[in-house]
Amino acid sequence: MSRSSVARLGLSRAVFETRMFLRERDAVIFTFSLPIVLLAIFGAIFSGSVAGTGVSVAQLYVAGLIGSAAMTGFQNLGIGIAIDRDDGTLKRLAGTPLPRSSYFVGKALHTLFLSLCQVALLLVIGMLAFGLDLPTRVSAWVTFCWVFVLGVLASALLGVAASSLPRSGRSASAVIAMPFVVLQFVSGVFIPVSQLPAWLVNVASVFPLKWMCQGFRSVFIGDAGAALEVAGSYELDRVALVLGAWVIGGLVLCLLTFRWKSRRDG
Amino acid sequence: MFHRSWVPRKPYKADAWGMETAVKARGLTKRYGDVRAVGGIDLDIHAGEVFAILGPNGAGKSTTVEILEGHRTRDAGEVSVLGVDPGRPTRGWRARIGIVLQTANDMTEATVGETVRHFAGYYPAPRDPDEVIERVGLTENVNRRVRQLSGGQRRRLDVALGVIGDPELLFLDEPTTGFDPEARRRFWELIRDLAGQGTTIVLTTHYLDEAEALASRVAVVAGGRIVAEGEPATLGGRASAKARVSWSEGGERRALETETPTGTVIELTRRFDGEVPDLTVTRPTLEETYLRLVTLPEVTP
Repeated sequence: MSRSSVARLGLSRAVFETRMFLRERDAVIFTFSLPIVLLAIFGAIFSGSVAGTGVSVAQLYVAGLIGSAAMTGFQNLGIGIAIDRDDGTLKRLAGTPLPRSSYFVGKALHTLFLSLCQVALLLVIGMLAFGLDLPTRVSAWVTFCWVFVLGVLASALLGVAASSLPRSGRSASAVIAMPFVVLQFVSGVFIPVSQLPAWLVNVASVFPLKWMCQGFRSVFIGDAGAALEVAGSYELDRVALVLGAWVIGGLVLCLLTFRWKSRRDG
Repeated sequence: MFHRSWVPRKPYKADAWGMETAVKARGLTKRYGDVRAVGGIDLDIHAGEVFAILGPNGAGKSTTVEILEGHRTRDAGEVSVLGVDPGRPTRGWRARIGIVLQTANDMTEATVGETVRHFAGYYPAPRDPDEVIERVGLTENVNRRVRQLSGGQRRRLDVALGVIGDPELLFLDEPTTGFDPEARRRFWELIRDLAGQGTTIVLTTHYLDEAEALASRVAVVAGGRIVAEGEPATLGGRASAKARVSWSEGGERRALETETPTGTVIELTRRFDGEVPDLTVTRPTLEETYLRLVTLPEVTP
């Protein structure tokens, strides 16, 4: 099997899945409106700027919610693959000559598409409604790109691994949503990390979302906000280290735990 | 893209077993914990035939078929499917078999046409998607979403996906469960059509009439073993079993079990000097034979 056919079929899977997703209009509307609604609510509740800095609260939330958007893959794949396992998709595919890696390439591209759309929407709404200024330095965009790519990859792999946890497709959204919401609360998406107790920050530091948000804050808030960080700086080297470790760890976890069959299939 | 058109395929080349054998199994065994699901099954399915596996729920027929499909591992035994061990499936081998699973409710938002065309892309030499859709009778539904299809239409889509790769061997697992009688007849036509093109078909079913209508040979599985195997007409000594001759005489229904029904009828004809009132001659139906076979005393493991 050539590498090109894995890529070609992966792309074909991505187009097929994305097309099916876009047709579930209710899912589309809620997927894309959730971060915007959250941004609107938080922007309305906590207006103004953080005391002692020129950082607006909206900027903080845009950066945090972009972190969430980049982690969509965790939820999307965790639930999506559990459903695929339950409704017969995985078994049907396993019976065809489709390379197994093409299935994952398809999922990855589909997830990347969803994350990119959400991030673009957040940036546009942030600029139009909350006076967000896009960074002009090239170095900030370089940071954005690597944080985004590493973050999406780490979250997607974690999602693939987590998809084996739910006992059935029906229970998947409950099982996967809980850790995702908790992570968002302790990782600085909804509540600034500086206001969290130290032990909670330590717990969050184990997972990728805290580091993704930190990386995005460095991009969208810049030096003015560094003083708000727990460490007094954005620690970009640590961001890279932790996210890189999660990509490798997530891959190992997937290889160890992934099941092509549902539990009732034995 | 070039597609194989719907023409009869060339006969098989003899495989490593030296015969035109599509499926060969010897001593196939599978346990789940303490439960013996398959306890030593031997199978020889010839290329080009329609072979039915009958048996009650939990008899081991789905496990057997899933091992042949490469979906399940086996504990012991020798198996060859199209000359390949299904325990070590390769992409090339997957392209030569088609599988229609028991239940599926995936891909609800794609249309029939999109789904079949998408799956065609998985195979090295697929059939023409439009032709396959026409064959399974879904041309009018080509632009409908899968979730809008009826149960029978959904099943025909499953068959379309099973044959889109132009398989030499097609597995059908209880394909007509839940069909109304007319949908079943139409489905049978489709299967006969495929068999007529030279596709080897392995079918599991609960329905005796289905096996009788479609299969050239059947195996009855009970308690993880094959308890009878043969042509539907002669299965389990059915053809040579005693016939039941019955007729009406003196306002009463009379019946006689006999090994020589022809003689009995000649005798009756003489007695009535011509037409025998309400004459019937019957052998045990496949269903009666089947029920006798699967309720035999449990074989010891």
